[in-house]
Amino acid sequence: MNYKMMIRIHAWLLILEVAFMVPALVISMYTGDGPAVRGFVWTMVIALGISALMFLLTRHAEHKFYAREGMVTTGMAWITLSLVGCLPFFISGRIPNYIDAFFEIVSGFTTTGASICPDVEALGKGILYWRSFSHWVGGMGILVFYLAIAPADGKNDGSTLHILRAESPGPSVNKMVPRMRDTASILYKLYIVLTVLDIIFLLIGKMPVFDAFCIAYGTAGTGGFSVLNSGCATYTPFAQNVTTVFMLLFGVNFSLYYLIVLKHVSQALHDEELRLYLAIVFTSIVLIAINIFGKTADTSSLEPTIRHSAFQVASIITTTGYSTVDFDQWPNFSKAILICLMFVGACAGSTGGGIKVSRVLLLWRNLRRNMHSIFHPNEVRVVKMNGSRVDEQTLKNVSSYLAAYVFIVIITFLIISADPGNFDLTTNFSAVMATFNNIGPGLAKVGPTCNFSIYDNLSTFVLSIAMLLGRLEIFPILAIMSPSTYKKA
Amino acid sequence: MNIIIAGDGKVGSMLTKALSGEGHDLTLIDCNPAALESTIERYDVMSVQGNCASMEVLRNAGVQSADLLITATGQDEVNLLTCLTAHGMNPNLHTIARIRTPDYVETAYAMRRQFALSLTVNPERQTAREIDRLLRYPGFLKRDKFANGMIEIVELRVDEKSPLRDQPLYQMSSVTKCQVLVCAVVRDGKTTIPSGDFILREGDRIFVTASANNLTVLLNSIGLITTKVRNVIIAGGGRIAFYLTMLLLREGISVKIIEQDRARCEELAEKLDGATIVQGDISKQSVLESEHIEDADAIVALTGLDELNVILSIYANHMKVPQVITKLGRGENMELLEKLPIGSVVSPKELCFNTIIRYVRAMKDSAGAAVTVHSIADGQAEAIEFIVDQDTKHCGEKLRNIRLKKNVLLASITHGRQIEFPNGDSMFHPGDRIVVVSGEKFPIQQLNDIFQD
Repeated sequence: MNYKMMIRIHAWLLILEVAFMVPALVISMYTGDGPAVRGFVWTMVIALGISALMFLLTRHAEHKFYAREGMVTTGMAWITLSLVGCLPFFISGRIPNYIDAFFEIVSGFTTTGASICPDVEALGKGILYWRSFSHWVGGMGILVFYLAIAPADGKNDGSTLHILRAESPGPSVNKMVPRMRDTASILYKLYIVLTVLDIIFLLIGKMPVFDAFCIAYGTAGTGGFSVLNSGCATYTPFAQNVTTVFMLLFGVNFSLYYLIVLKHVSQALHDEELRLYLAIVFTSIVLIAINIFGKTADTSSLEPTIRHSAFQVASIITTTGYSTVDFDQWPNFSKAILICLMFVGACAGSTGGGIKVSRVLLLWRNLRRNMHSIFHPNEVRVVKMNGSRVDEQTLKNVSSYLAAYVFIVIITFLIISADPGNFDLTTNFSAVMATFNNIGPGLAKVGPTCNFSIYDNLSTFVLSIAMLLGRLEIFPILAIMSPSTYKKA
Repeated sequence: MNIIIAGDGKVGSMLTKALSGEGHDLTLIDCNPAALESTIERYDVMSVQGNCASMEVLRNAGVQSADLLITATGQDEVNLLTCLTAHGMNPNLHTIARIRTPDYVETAYAMRRQFALSLTVNPERQTAREIDRLLRYPGFLKRDKFANGMIEIVELRVDEKSPLRDQPLYQMSSVTKCQVLVCAVVRDGKTTIPSGDFILREGDRIFVTASANNLTVLLNSIGLITTKVRNVIIAGGGRIAFYLTMLLLREGISVKIIEQDRARCEELAEKLDGATIVQGDISKQSVLESEHIEDADAIVALTGLDELNVILSIYANHMKVPQVITKLGRGENMELLEKLPIGSVVSPKELCFNTIIRYVRAMKDSAGAAVTVHSIADGQAEAIEFIVDQDTKHCGEKLRNIRLKKNVLLASITHGRQIEFPNGDSMFHPGDRIVVVSGEKFPIQQLNDIFQD
C-alpha cells in the first residue's frame, strides 16, 4: 500500500479540520468561555503539530492509489479526525471522559446526533457550534471537501475516485462531470446554497441566529444535534415546518439537484428512487397522523398532528434525529413505522444514512426476479432502474451489503446487551439502530428526551464504531480491521 | 476543452492519459464496462457505457457542450457514423475519425465534408510511410521530419564500433563531418536532454537533429553501412503490409509477403501486382528457412502479435539481415525491449497519437501553436516545431542571454531555406521555424512556454 500518500492526505485533512474549528474558537472567545478557548487552541496546536510531522515524513510521496488505499484512507481519516476533533470537549473539561468525547464527535461527524450529554445547554456556545458544525462537515464528507480544494498539480489520475466512492453513500457512485475536482466542488456548492437557504428560512421563522445556524448545519448534514435541551419543540411551527422540508431536501440524491441546475427537470423528477422516497414519506406521514390523532396532548387538533407526524417522519427517514415531541409516548404502531424508516434511510448520494432507498428498491426487484426464476427457470429477466439495466455486480454488492449490515446489527446488539446497566430489549435494539443508521435518538431509555450517557465505556465505544460503519457504509471500516489489507502478497 | 473519446482501446487510452494530463475534460465512451472501469480508476475522466453512434449515448456524454470528438473504435463504419451523428447534434463540434480500411480511404477524403470530418487518421498508412522512410536510410532507428522535411531528428544507437563512443558532444560535428545536434539521449531507459560536455557511451540511443540533405554524410561518417534496400520481406499481411507494399513497389523494390491466412493471401495477390505472396506460418523455423530470409536486405515484422514480431526480429538480426523493423502494437514497457536486438521499432498507436495531439493543441490555441509534434525517446520527450511570430518573446536576442526552462533545448532554427544548429550567438526572428525538444512532463503548448520568464 502507498502509505506515504495516505499519510499525506491525513496531513491535509488535519489542516482542514483546524480551519473548520476557527469559527467555534472565535465564538468561544466572544462569549468569554475560557476553558473552551483553551480546548480549541490546544487542539489546534496538537493537530497542526501532527500534520507538520506527517508532511515532513512524506515529502516524496507517489500519487499512485488503488481501491484498497482509497478505502483504508477514508476509514482511517474518519477515525483520525474524530480522535482529534473530540479534544476540545475533553480538554475544556465539558466532557471529562475521553471515550464519551469520542462518541460525541463521532456522532457529530457521522451525522448521527446521538448525544452523551444530559445537559447540552451547559456545553457553552463555542463547543455547541463545533458540535453542530461537525454535522455539516461530515454530511457531505471532509474528503470530498479535500477533493474539491486539493492541489491539482500532476494529479491527473483517477485514483481519487476510490475516495469519493468510499465516502459518498450509495450502491454506485460516479462522477457527474469529467473532473473529480469539479464534481466535488459542484457537490459542495449545491450543499452550501441549500444550507444558506435553510438558514434564511429559519431566521424568517423567528429562530435565534445562533440556533438557526446550528439547526441548519444539523439539517444539512442530516445530523440532529440540537442546541436546546428541549430539542426543536420550542421553535415556531413555521421554523419546524421549514426544518421538515429541508430535512427531506437533504435526503435527496444531490446529483438530481445538479440535473435541475442543468435544466433537466423532468429527468430529475422521474427518478425512481426519488419517487419511492416521497411515496414512503407520504404514506408514513398519513399512517402516523391517523394513528396518533387525539392520543396525546400535542396531537389534539389536526394541524399539530400533521406537523409533528411530518417532522418526525422526515427526521427519521433522512436519519437526522431532531424531535419536536417525545415520540416514545406515541402508540406502538407509530413507533414501529419509525423503526422501519430507520432501516430504509435516505436516498443514495444524499447526506443521510440507513440502507438507502435505492438499495431497498434494488433488493426488492432482485428478490422478485430470483423468486420468479424458481418457478420459471428458463425465463431471462434483468433488473432495471430508471430504464436502464443494473449490472449483476452492483446487485451482488447490494446483497453483500445487506448481509454485512445484518451481521453488524446482530453483533453490536449482542455486545450492547451485555452492558452492566442491563437495559431492556427496546432500549438496546433501538440504540443500535439509531447509531448504526446515523439517526440519533432511539426509543425507551435512549428516546428523544433521554441520552446515551447510560451506557458504560465499552458500549459507548462499540456504538461509536457502529456509527462510523454506518456513515461510511461498512466496507471502509471493515477494510481497516481486515488483516488481508496489510498483507504484501 | 471538453473532449469526447469514443473507443477505449490502445489509442483511446494513450490519448486519455495525455489529454487529461494537459488539463482537458474528457468523457470516454465504450461498450465494454470493464475497460471503462479500469480507465476511470487510472485517470480523472468520466465514462459513458454504450454504443457511441447512438444519439442517447452521445447525449449522455454531453456532446452538446463538447468541443471535440475523437472516434477510435475498432470499426470504421461506427467511427464515421458517430462523427456524422455527433456533428448533427452539435454543429460546432470538431471531429477526428480513425479510418483504417483501405476501401474507405478515398471515402474519408472525398466525403469528408458530408461526414463532417475535421481530420481523419489512418495509423496503418502512417506506419507504412514511416517504415518506407526508414528503409531509405538503413541505420536510423527512427526518423521524424520537421520544417517541411528540411530537418529531421533521427535515432541512432551508439555501438562498440561507433566513432561516437566515448566522445563528448561538443566534438560531435567534427566526427560526423556535418552540422548536427544531439537533442536527447536514452541511457538505461532514462532520457536526458544533454549539454555540450555530455559523453556518449556504448549502448546509448541518441536523437540527432540534422539537415535532411546531410543524412547520407552522417551515416557514412559514423560508419553505418548504407547499402540500398532492393528486396524486402514482410512478415504478416495486414493493412500496414498492404500500404507498405504499394509504396515499395512504386519505388521499384521487390517485396515478399509471408501471410498465414489463405484467403488473405489471395486477396493480397489480387490487389498487389508484382509482389510475391507466400502462404505460411512465420512462427515456424521451416518457413523462415525455406523463404531464405537471410538473403533479404530488410525484414519487416508486421504480424498482429507483438511477441512474435520481437522473436522474428531477434532471429533476423541473428541471421545478419542488414535492416530489421519491428512493429509493436501495445508499446508498453518499451524500456525492457531496449536492450534487445530488434532494430527499429514502429508503433502505429504512437503515430496516430502524435497526429491527434497536434490537432488538439492547435485547436486549443490557434495562435502560436505547434506546427509539428513528435514524441521521441519512447514518449519520454517531445520534439515540437513552432513558427516564431510577433508575440514571441526574445526575438533578435542572442541565445546566451535567454534563459530556457530546465530540460528544454532548441534543436534548430530555420530561416527560409537556411538551417542553423543553435549556439550561444544564434538568434531567431519572426517567420523562422524553431524545433524545440523538451524532456519535461508538462506540455509545451506555445513557443513562449519554453522561456523561464
